[in-house]
Amino acid sequence: MGTKSNELQVKQMNEINGIIAIWYREFKVFQREKSRIVASVVNPILWLLIFGGGLGASISISGINYQTFIFPGILIQAVLFSSVFFGVYIVWDRKIDFLKEVLVAPISRTSIFIGKIVGGATDSIIQSIILLILGAILEKAGLIPGLKLTFVSTVGALIILFITTTSMVSIGLIIGSRMESPEGFQLITSFLLFPIFFLSGALFPLNRLPAWLGTLTLIDPLTYSVDALRHTILGASQYGLALDFGVMIGFTVLVIAFGTYAFEKMKV
Amino acid sequence: MSNHIIETENLTKQYGNLVAVGNLNLKIEEGELFGLLGPNGAGKSTTILTLTTILKPTSGHATVGGFDIVKQPSQVRKSIGIVFQDPSSDDTLTGYENLKLHGMLYGMPVSLREERIREVLKLVDLTDRKGELVKRYSGGMRRRLEIARGLMHHPKVLFLDEPTLGLDPQSRENIWAYIENLSHEEHISLILTTHYMEEVDRLCDRLAIMDRGKIVALGSPAELKRIIGGEVVVMKSASPDIGSLKSLAYVKHIETKDGVVSLTVVNANEHLPEILQKTGMVDSVEIHSPTLNDVFLHYTGREIRDEAPEGGWGQRAMNYRSNK
Repeated sequence: MGTKSNELQVKQMNEINGIIAIWYREFKVFQREKSRIVASVVNPILWLLIFGGGLGASISISGINYQTFIFPGILIQAVLFSSVFFGVYIVWDRKIDFLKEVLVAPISRTSIFIGKIVGGATDSIIQSIILLILGAILEKAGLIPGLKLTFVSTVGALIILFITTTSMVSIGLIIGSRMESPEGFQLITSFLLFPIFFLSGALFPLNRLPAWLGTLTLIDPLTYSVDALRHTILGASQYGLALDFGVMIGFTVLVIAFGTYAFEKMKV
Repeated sequence: MSNHIIETENLTKQYGNLVAVGNLNLKIEEGELFGLLGPNGAGKSTTILTLTTILKPTSGHATVGGFDIVKQPSQVRKSIGIVFQDPSSDDTLTGYENLKLHGMLYGMPVSLREERIREVLKLVDLTDRKGELVKRYSGGMRRRLEIARGLMHHPKVLFLDEPTLGLDPQSRENIWAYIENLSHEEHISLILTTHYMEEVDRLCDRLAIMDRGKIVALGSPAELKRIIGGEVVVMKSASPDIGSLKSLAYVKHIETKDGVVSLTVVNANEHLPEILQKTGMVDSVEIHSPTLNDVFLHYTGREIRDEAPEGGWGQRAMNYRSNK
């Protein structure tokens, strides 16, 4: 009996080592592609300053500066795009045959999937930290007044962003596990990303929408991430944290389960 | 249990109606350097992908290192190393990082991993280049790195799928030297697939000639050539008179193709004048000892060279680049 449980422990250690190995590789690649980091930070800032600044010149939302109001939405947008696009790397892995090296290693497909999620989530969290720091600077500069970035709210924000990136990386990987070409991946994901982003209420408040639009925002899982983040760093929320976290965690569990299945079925 | 490192029993892999590998029965000894020779589409790669658990067989059984490829894939994977036909290292990582990643994937303890990285890098002469990104490596260097990687976790069997495909002659010679060297130094069994006759001739203890998913001949290169039972006489002639050759007892085998007649003749040097008398005018004539190509021709009626290698790694690497 002792040896049985030892064997199991060795097996579990192997799987954990495998997850770390996949993460190690993703992180090295991320470090090497500096342009990816820069682009992932510059684009959201452009949205915030130009789109937010332009529209914010004529509107404010329930007393909150428009740029401040969309800051949580922009953070979520940044995480959404970089997370889902992370799935394209599995398409490249297949194309350059690196996927074979990983699939033939003595670790389970589930571990490969989890390693990839952790890799993608790391990228997004680094991106988020940079954006939160820039947010704090812009707040001090008076550009986005009313942003509440304390230690607690920052940690809270990172937890919300982490849960969000986990589910969105999973979606990217599920699509990537089915696609043969990076072009195909790009096409499918753009069809998916824009509705998810626009319906999440990242750029507008959810309380005065026409009924048809309101219903659509309710089905969008990202709505709850935006809402939770608004609650945490703006103190204004539509649904309350309990519902937000419930939907976020439930959705994440669902896509991880589906992703594990997709990886199990994935062909070389 | 037998001391066969690989044993297959009616191993079959079908894609729909296409039988890629049909009823393969093969026993490979421990420590052997074994070659699978055949044209493209003969089923060599499918055989390797099945034995390495990447593909599931349609029917039949096989064991690798004593483990069943269907029931114990994880144990099989731990006991094998693979060098794929196409380069499968990550070119955004350095040589060292690729090896480190491999060690991590195979659950090697840190101290053992580092020691082993040093050993295998030395074995393939890449110690000086280990810190460079793989994208700066030449094709031959990259292949050597992947051979080193396949050896890292002390596999019992190393599979090499077309190890020199797409390499220039010098790099090929170089890779052959490394393969010969490691079969002595690492005490492992090596299975390689190739469609280069020189490669098996030079490297392999034994080989199986595969054609259309089946093994058509099995033995050492010398044994197989002996099967031919004589020398090969190749003649070029516009209108060869084959009929008259058939009556000669010392002519074992006649094969004609595009105005080229190839005969298997016992004591060819002695009998050549008589043969030439029978055939009449020929444009050229040549006698050589049998090669594996003659063996292949003998069994299949075709030459291995007839099949142009399609989309090898060089080709794909170019596609990859133009896609980027």
